[in-house]
Amino acid sequence: MDIELQQVGYAYSKGTPFEKQALTDVNLHIPSGSYQAIIGHTGSGKSTLLQHLNALLKPTEGTVKLGDLEIQAKKKVKNLKPVRQKIGIVFQFPEHQLFDETVLKDIMFGPLNFGVPADEAERRARALVEQLGLPEEVLEKSPFDLSGGQMRRVAIAGVLAMEPSVLVLDEPTAGLDPRGRQEIMELFHRLYVEKGLTIILVTHSMEDAARYANRVAIMHEGRCVLSGEPEEIFGDELSLAAYRLSAPRVVRLQRRFETLLGYPLDKLCLSEEQLAFEMGTIVRKERDF
Amino acid sequence: MNEILSLQDVTYSYSPEDSDMRKAVEGISFTVNDGEWIAIVGHNGSGKSTMAKLMNGLLFPQEGEVRVLGETLNEENLWAIRSQMGMVFQNPDNQFVGATVQDDVAFALENNGIPFEDMVIRVHESLAQVKMERFLNSEPHHLSGGQKQRVAIAGALALKPRILILDEATSMLDPQGREEVLATVHKLRQDTQLTVLSITHDLEEALLADRIVVMNKGKVYTEGTPSDIFARGQELVELGLDLPFSLKMSSLMLAQGVSLESVHMSEDELVKDIWTSNFNK
Repeated sequence: MDIELQQVGYAYSKGTPFEKQALTDVNLHIPSGSYQAIIGHTGSGKSTLLQHLNALLKPTEGTVKLGDLEIQAKKKVKNLKPVRQKIGIVFQFPEHQLFDETVLKDIMFGPLNFGVPADEAERRARALVEQLGLPEEVLEKSPFDLSGGQMRRVAIAGVLAMEPSVLVLDEPTAGLDPRGRQEIMELFHRLYVEKGLTIILVTHSMEDAARYANRVAIMHEGRCVLSGEPEEIFGDELSLAAYRLSAPRVVRLQRRFETLLGYPLDKLCLSEEQLAFEMGTIVRKERDF
Repeated sequence: MNEILSLQDVTYSYSPEDSDMRKAVEGISFTVNDGEWIAIVGHNGSGKSTMAKLMNGLLFPQEGEVRVLGETLNEENLWAIRSQMGMVFQNPDNQFVGATVQDDVAFALENNGIPFEDMVIRVHESLAQVKMERFLNSEPHHLSGGQKQRVAIAGALALKPRILILDEATSMLDPQGREEVLATVHKLRQDTQLTVLSITHDLEEALLADRIVVMNKGKVYTEGTPSDIFARGQELVELGLDLPFSLKMSSLMLAQGVSLESVHMSEDELVKDIWTSNFNK
């Protein structure tokens, strides 16, 4: 499902003395099957933007296209249900939304609401628990008896159970330990690679954006000021600094290495492994010359 | 060095009647010295937060004792001891009560019956300590995450505590906010004798501490200086932790056949070592 924002503006409390412009002239095209990272300083409009992606907020200016559905400012839209099933949002700290008696019921809640038969919803819940690396016993437990990391997984399973084709993630790993963080990010990446899901990741972590995304957009003061491939975006340190962001650590290390070396590496490395490989190749070559 | 806080053989279970349940913390002992910065790290569910609650008397141990400033923490001395401990929590939006920054910082002072004149001075002083004095009359929700956490620190400092506990206080901040908060803590430690206890998942943050306590499954797995702890490398990864960036890069470079004198905690040292060990420059 293609997602396109055309000249989108959004003002909170429009028409009141408290009116506050949160988005201005945002243009962004997210092709089906891409892994789009959205980065930006706190207060840059990321979260407001995110809520437009399944029509929780409707633009006060411009158009949001979610597949075939067009949401235009000042026009009523009917039947948002199908699009909300197709676009799943994992909010920050999604475990705060757990509510049901058992993990199984909690995961089944979404699909049941969208008219999925009970046996099918249960089948999905069981499969997801396994896929997310949780022991089968948790299904019958209360979600509130689980550890923080497990609760997070159950909440994510609840969104995946609706079998969305687009997954929107708002800081999905905040508060998790390093292993939990890595496991969850790898899971999303697998869904992107193996199932062709479109992933939209809103994050403060330049490292995650660099490692996983194939498109990066920068939000700044309510505008989408830069968008492109990670190599372009993260190689442009001047722009990043202007938007109060900094390059991922690997990029910063690469730059220091290049300064000493006296010439740039062939490409911008976006993961630790890749940078070690490139630096290693050069060091061996120069040293043994 | 003087002990300021210690846990002696502390055990706590959230369901003590159920002996099958793993205890949240079990047989924990360690000591924090006056003026130290201690980082407590460990996987989710390793008992870090339970420990923080035991330290400030939100929970009382079922076995063992918690000693603060030489006294065993109990129901009677709880309030006196708590006033010596400032605490800053994870979510910057959940810890504001005042309508303006100065009201917020003054809140705890009012609760403690500090005279008005004194209160005004302390509010200004503590906001100056975190470099937020310009925001005296700002509304908290107009601040960035890093600024909010600095105000929360000021609120804690206004009571002139001996100990500051940071419970994942940087985990919801963007990189810039995190740096602001850590720089603030660093500066405070230079200017005052403040003891800092930070509970964190951020290994770069732990690297700044004098000593690191590693928790695993409710027990103290090990403790030591950052270089001792991170020298354990892969062992930490198996505990669900990670290694600081420079250290990880050092190991990856060694695996690439690059000569290094040792693994490094900072990028400066790493880059320098790559040069001197390979090019003799």
